[in-house]
Formats: sequence, structure tokens, C-alpha cells
Amino acid sequence: MIALPFDPLLAILVIPAVAAALLALLPDYRLTATLNVFATLLTLLVAAALLIIDRPPVGRFLFVDDLNIVFIVLNTFVGFTTSVFSASYIGHELETGRLTRTNLRFYHAMYQLLMFAMNLALVANNIGLMWVAIELATLTTVVMVGIYRTHEALEAAWKYFILGSVGIALALFGTIIVYMAARPVVGEGLDAMIWTILISKASGFDPALLNLAFVFLLLGYGTKVGLAPLHAWLPDAHAEGPTPISAVLSGLLLNVALYAVLRFKLLLATNPGALAPGPLMATMGLTSLIFAAFMLYRRRDIKRLFAYSSIEHMGIIAFAFGMGGPLANFAGLLHMTMHSLTKSAIFFAVGHVAQVKGTQKIADIRGLTESHPWLGWSLVLGVIAIAGLPPLGIFMSEFLLVSSTFARQPLLAIPLVFGLLLALGALLQKLGGVAFGEPTGSLAPARASYVPMFAHLGLVLAAGIYLPPPLVAWFQQVAGALG
Amino acid sequence: MHSLEFDIAHLLAGGLVLVSFMLLYQDRLYAMLNVFALHALVLALSVAWQAYIQDAPHLYVTAGIALVFKAIAIPLVLHRIIQRLGIHRQIETVVGVGLTMIAGMGLVALSLVVMLQVTAGADPLAREDLAFALSVVLLGLLMMVTRRNAVSQVIGFMSLESGLVLAATGAKGMPLVIEISVAFSVLIAFIVIGIFLFRIRERFDTVDVQALDSFRGERR
Repeated sequence: MIALPFDPLLAILVIPAVAAALLALLPDYRLTATLNVFATLLTLLVAAALLIIDRPPVGRFLFVDDLNIVFIVLNTFVGFTTSVFSASYIGHELETGRLTRTNLRFYHAMYQLLMFAMNLALVANNIGLMWVAIELATLTTVVMVGIYRTHEALEAAWKYFILGSVGIALALFGTIIVYMAARPVVGEGLDAMIWTILISKASGFDPALLNLAFVFLLLGYGTKVGLAPLHAWLPDAHAEGPTPISAVLSGLLLNVALYAVLRFKLLLATNPGALAPGPLMATMGLTSLIFAAFMLYRRRDIKRLFAYSSIEHMGIIAFAFGMGGPLANFAGLLHMTMHSLTKSAIFFAVGHVAQVKGTQKIADIRGLTESHPWLGWSLVLGVIAIAGLPPLGIFMSEFLLVSSTFARQPLLAIPLVFGLLLALGALLQKLGGVAFGEPTGSLAPARASYVPMFAHLGLVLAAGIYLPPPLVAWFQQVAGALG
Repeated sequence: MHSLEFDIAHLLAGGLVLVSFMLLYQDRLYAMLNVFALHALVLALSVAWQAYIQDAPHLYVTAGIALVFKAIAIPLVLHRIIQRLGIHRQIETVVGVGLTMIAGMGLVALSLVVMLQVTAGADPLAREDLAFALSVVLLGLLMMVTRRNAVSQVIGFMSLESGLVLAATGAKGMPLVIEISVAFSVLIAFIVIGIFLFRIRERFDTVDVQALDSFRGERR
């Protein structure tokens, strides 16, 4: 075991915060784009170091345990690859004049601020602090979604803002009720908001108050997860903002909100009198899955298509964690990781495709594998992965989930499989048109950054073929802790 | 018998619910701003009273923020924005006033029934405060749903946040972190909204959100 000369938990917060301030001040976009990549890389290295060093002691505000370290590593990794993609993406946006240099300074600063907020939400040991961090993450993404200032972008940002704020407000109300439930047992003051203290004493809380709190928290943070029927902001926000932001939204921010729900689910699970939180989550997850699967058929905008696919997958993940038990939790964790990697890779490909073709309409994009083989085949691979076909990673997690559902609740497995097949059909149908046939639109070669895309897809492919035993052991341990 | 302290806290929290109802049926923007200022004033009084009876001086800060920021600064700024945009006309409500009021009463009844049943074990001051707070939150939500105008949606959102502040102060000994963050989030939210209002104006010559709805990406 190695000891670091600084506190790694503090470092994954300080690096993005300092970078945000720096990026807001520097004018040159090439320099800032590089600096953005550098800062996210540094954060990733520190986060990876958390895996091997001794865990820092549990603090009153920050802590790291088996659950959140999965999220932190995933978060910083996708944050890093997205910044690499973003560097080539924004160069094009600058040339076409969709973004100005001032916009870009703002964009980079907001990107780092978003990273800061998400990391803070993940390492917070205080339910109030966690709420503040998620609120900050929401606000930064709102302004980034609206950055193009077109009609659609403004509408999307406004809708996201209103729905996100309502969600966040309900979550705060739930947080206050948790405090009220904890106060008689833990005592007044800060202690009654500290997660590690709450979980150790949760069995003595008033179950009725906890139930009420969970309903608010599930609705509130569930809005941010994008679970139906609270998903309305999600497709617009994904479609109209810059593509790197779509990738971060789908791959990371939805996970962070889900993490908050999971924390409170654990709290309820330790209280014998409280309602079982699992069925509520499973119901919302299944509803989202089937709803989104039907909606996939009617999409005409390619980014919207994959936004609905995100709703579908968040539904699957919520269902898996709702089912509970070691196997379903394992499937949920694996699915979450695979979905983050695959979906951001798809958005990287789609971002370059939309730039080359100058449109996001599915009908106007044809024959990609012929005109742009690298982009086209990456997209094909990504869609095959996201649709859950073997031998890729998502097939593995979906298979685990379906088999564990069959073993425990056969009746629930029917709608689950139905939803999965429905989504598979829709995605393959749309993919056929986009990837094959006579190429249309611009045939100009794409100046794309392929490395992040290939890195993600390579990992997903590798996970589908062979999961290294240390990873399995790690996820099993987390799945066991999730109950 | 309850003490005088309890009665006054009750009166102020109940007053906040009443002003929330008044917000529901305002159909002119200027009048709505005045009612919102009143709303924030009642909130400030209520929080200050809680600070007094709980002997928690830090709550006075929260009361001060509510008074200065929400009761004075925001209405003034919004007043100027409305003036500059020249939109001091009637508000179009999606549903009629009568229907909205009935829905509002239903929501208040719902929150009382839910809260009083669930919190039977908690101390009476906190539980009634929470019931009122939930009513204010739900009424704010109702206002956001029934309005189409961006400015009135913002006011609906801020009245919703008032309900949250009321709940946070009613929960005895809740750390200051939360109250400040609530105030801060309102501030940030307001800045964001302010930017948006101007951008929307820049692009559409209207702040009517319904006009935005016609630009749905799918129907291009």
C-alpha cells in the first residue's frame, strides 16, 4: 500500500475547481482545450489511485466506500475521454461559427465545474452537501444545453431547468424529512445529516417519516435519472446541447442521480418498519423501459433516438437495483458501467457524423459505412452493443438480469424481455438506414478523434468476452453491500 | 392548550399558505410581483419567529436573506425586466381560476392528511409546520403547471422554494449549511432565469413559453 502526500478525496475536488477558474480566464482555445484534457486526466489518475491506496478515514463531509468508488472511477474516466473528444469537436464548432471564443471559455469552465459538482455529489458524506452538489451539476448543464442559443436549444434548456428544479426541490424536501426522522435518534445538528451516522442508526428512525421521505427522494432524484414519467426534459436536453455534453449527461449525470437514490434505498433497507424500496424502483424502471422502447420507433432525430435509449437503459438499471439481491445488483452495476461506456462512445460517433453531414435527421443520414467507414462501423458496433447483442458487455449484464429475474419473479421477466426485444428491434431498424445503403450528404472526410471511441468500445467488447476476476470480485463485493 | 408561541408560529405558517393561494389567481404581472413580495415577507416573519422560539440565532440570517433578497430585491428586478420587455399585460392561465383554486384546496387537504398522519409521533410544532410547508410546495408546483408565462413560472418556483425554507426552519437544529444553500440556489436560479429571459426575448419577441413549444425538434 502506498501513501499519497495529499488527501486524494480533496484532490479530485480541488483539481476541477482550480481548472474551472483557470479555464475561465485563459483566452486561447487550443491551450484551454489541452488544459481541459490535462485536468480531467489528472483527476482520473487521482481517482484511480484511490483504488490501490489505503482508504482515507471517513470524514464529516467527505468519504469513500465500496459503493461510491465504482462511480468515482467511472465518472472520472468518461470525463477524461469526453474531454479528448470535446477538444476535436469544438474545433469544428468554432470553424463553422456555431460557437464563439467567448462561448468556449465559458464552455470549458462549465465542463470542469460540472466535473467538480459530480465528484462532490459522489464523495459527499452529508446528505445536504450531496443535494447541493447535484443542484450545482444541474445548473451547469442547463447553461451548457442552452449554449447554442437556437430556438430548440433555448426551449430544451428551459424545460430542463424547470423540470430539473422541481425535481431537485422535491429531493430537498425529502432530505429535510430524513433529517427530521434522524433528529430524535441521532440528536440535533450536523450529525443527523452525515450519511455514515445515519446508516448506522437508521433502524431506530420513525418508519413512516422515512417512507414519506423516500417517495419525495425517488420522485426528485428520479427526475434527474430520467425515469418515466419524469423524463420529459431528457430527450430535448440531449438533442440540442453540444454532443460532448450529451455524452456526459447520458454517461455520468444520470448515474450520479441514481447513486443518490441508491444511498437512500440503503437507508430504508436497514429499517425493519419502513416499506421495501425495491418494488417502487422496479416499477418505475420497468415503466421507463417499455415506454422508451415504444418511443424509439418514432424518433427522427439521431441524438433524440439515443436519448430515449438512455431512458430505456436507466430503466433497466433501476429495475435491477430494485430487484436487489447479489446477482441482480451485480447485473445492475455491470450494466451501468457498460451503458456509460457504450452510450458515450455512440455520442462521440454521432457527434462527428452530425458535424460531417450537417444534420441530425435520421432520414438524411445514409450509407455511413460506405462514406465514412471508421465512423460508420464504430456506430454499428456501438448500436449492436447498446441493443444488447452478444458478444458485447451489455449482453452479459442483460443476460444476468433476465436470468436472475426468471429465477425469482418469472412474471416480471416477461415485460422485461418484451421491453428489451422491442428496443432491439427499433435500434436495428434505425441503424439499417443510417449505416448501410447509398451514401447521402457530404462525403468530406471527417476529422475525428477516434481514440476515445475505440477505447470505450474496446472495453465493452473485452468485458463481453472476458471479465477479469479482480473486477468480478470487486463488483460482487459492492453488490453484496447493496443488499 | 397550546402556548402563545405555538399559536403565532401557526398563524404565520398558515398565512404563508393563504398568500400562496393569493398568488394562484393573480392575473396581472405587477400585482403578482406585489403578492410575491408579501409572500416573502410572511416567510421572513415566520422564519424570524422560529429563530426566536427555537433560540437559534443563525435562523435570523435566513430570515434576513428572505426579507432582503426575496421580498425586496427580486420583485424590484423582475419589475424592471417586465417594464423593459413591455409585457405587463394579462397572464394567460391554462385552466380557469375556479378550477385552479379547487385544485389548490385539494392539494392542501392532501398534504394535511398525509403529513399529520405520517408524523403522528413528532412534536406538534414541527409536524404542523411541515404540513404547511408541503402545502406551500404543492401550491407553488400547481402555479408552475398552470402558468404559461416564463415570469410567472419563475415566481411559482420561488414560492415553492419558500415552502422548502419553511420546512427547513421548522426542523429544529437543522444545520445552517442547508438554509444558506437554499438561499444560494435561489440566487443562482434567478441569475440563470434572468439570462434566459433575455435570451428568449432576443429570439422570440415573447416570454410566453407556449411560443417555445412550437419549436419542438421533432417537428422540424
